[in-house]
Amino acid sequence: MTALLSIVSISLGCLFFLAGSVGLLRFPDTLTRLHALTKADNLGLGLIMVGLLPHVAWPFGVFKLVLVWVLVLISSAAVSQLVGRRVRGERKE
Amino acid sequence: MNAELIFGVLLAGLILALASYVILGRNRFATTVGFVAYGLVLSLGWMVLAAPDVALTEAALGSGVTGALLLAACHKLRNDHARPSGPFLKLIAMILCGVLTAALIAVVLNLPEPPPSLAETAMEPLKSTGLGNPVTATLMAYRALDTMLEKVVLLLSLVAVWSLAPDRCWGGRPAFGYAAERGGPLLFLARVLIPSGVVVGIYLFWVGADAPGGAFAGGAVISAMAILGFWAGVSQPPAVSSLSLRGILVIGIVVFLVVGYCGYLWNSSFLSYPEAFAKPIIVVIEVAMTASIAATLAMLVAGPPGTSLRR
Amino acid sequence: MHEFFIGSAAFVLLTVALGLVRVLWGPDDVDRMMSAQLLGTGGIAVLLLASAGGLTAAADVALTLAMLAAFASVAFVKSGSKPPKIEDKK
Repeated sequence: MTALLSIVSISLGCLFFLAGSVGLLRFPDTLTRLHALTKADNLGLGLIMVGLLPHVAWPFGVFKLVLVWVLVLISSAAVSQLVGRRVRGERKE
Repeated sequence: MNAELIFGVLLAGLILALASYVILGRNRFATTVGFVAYGLVLSLGWMVLAAPDVALTEAALGSGVTGALLLAACHKLRNDHARPSGPFLKLIAMILCGVLTAALIAVVLNLPEPPPSLAETAMEPLKSTGLGNPVTATLMAYRALDTMLEKVVLLLSLVAVWSLAPDRCWGGRPAFGYAAERGGPLLFLARVLIPSGVVVGIYLFWVGADAPGGAFAGGAVISAMAILGFWAGVSQPPAVSSLSLRGILVIGIVVFLVVGYCGYLWNSSFLSYPEAFAKPIIVVIEVAMTASIAATLAMLVAGPPGTSLRR
Repeated sequence: MHEFFIGSAAFVLLTVALGLVRVLWGPDDVDRMMSAQLLGTGGIAVLLLASAGGLTAAADVALTLAMLAAFASVAFVKSGSKPPKIEDKK
């Protein structure tokens, strides 16, 4: 049962990574590409991480997985803000 | 055709493609970004080759800190339009690299079976050092002299960077300070990331005794956090002439030298450790080294002094 | 299960590598940086999959990469922006 859930979760995560890549390549504008990128960061990595949780050691393995995802979330959020400001700043000129 | 083979081939192809782009690309910023990406993919390659210590160092130093250095250089050169080297020179370089690659491939494919390796010899004295990680044992026990000299080289490179300062800025602060943007995302990122980064750095250093990690990886992560602090305006780089900074920079080498000369007392040879105390001594040296590496790398990225000490 | 992990890792690596084409095209410097960041996140996903598949210390390398990806992204943003302003009162 957990194996099936893992497979589903990881496959969904991979799909979000694909969506992020395709979005990065095909969206017309920097800001829209940024939107696609953060989907891969948050949901793609998150779903993969959730799918891997049953397969790693408790407690430290689980703790490391969650920590990595939280770090990526926080840095991706802050960096998106920075990128957005940069793009908007350039537009104002 | 199993999954591991597909993954390996994909990774190898990606490494080659990125390397070619970095060399052949036209846009300076784009190729620098390509170089950072290349370091990252190379680190994955090291993981596939079951070398996690090298992968850690490649990700932290080769991709992270070197990437920051190159990006800063790229930014400083943005108004410089020097001609790139001509096609003839590139052709010669490509031929030479191709010959070297072919020679390496020939050697690897023709290794005797089983290939000669020092792995067995390295694993034997492991218990007497008290360490569990053969890479750390090699760095800190078997070849400790090389590690100490590497620290000296790193310090010398920092002195070389400092010597680029204009005369009036001699001994001043690096011109690397940014004002903190109140409530900005960078300040938020710094506040969250720097403490966790320092903890991760200390963890990497500590776990290096028995698992992949060690002073270099830990020091590089801590230096990245210090540089992040400078960028976010949370702290300013110290003046180059400050005694406490210079103290931290040399403490790694000093501790190494002290332990080295004490080796004459215990075993009548430089840098020998008494068997009972090998691990604690190694840990002490590593603590000093981590601090030195972190400070040196951070000051390397901060650059030469740019503001005068006299106000 | 192990095969599935490695297979997904290969898939993620492929998609993220495709995204790298932005480094070539991306009209703006920011686009290039974003594609490098996608590679970083993909690399972290690959390492986490490998760590569940049994590769030693892959989780630690993923942790280091997570810290340094944020650091590299800030490096990109700072390297394109205005030169540093220092508060001269100390």
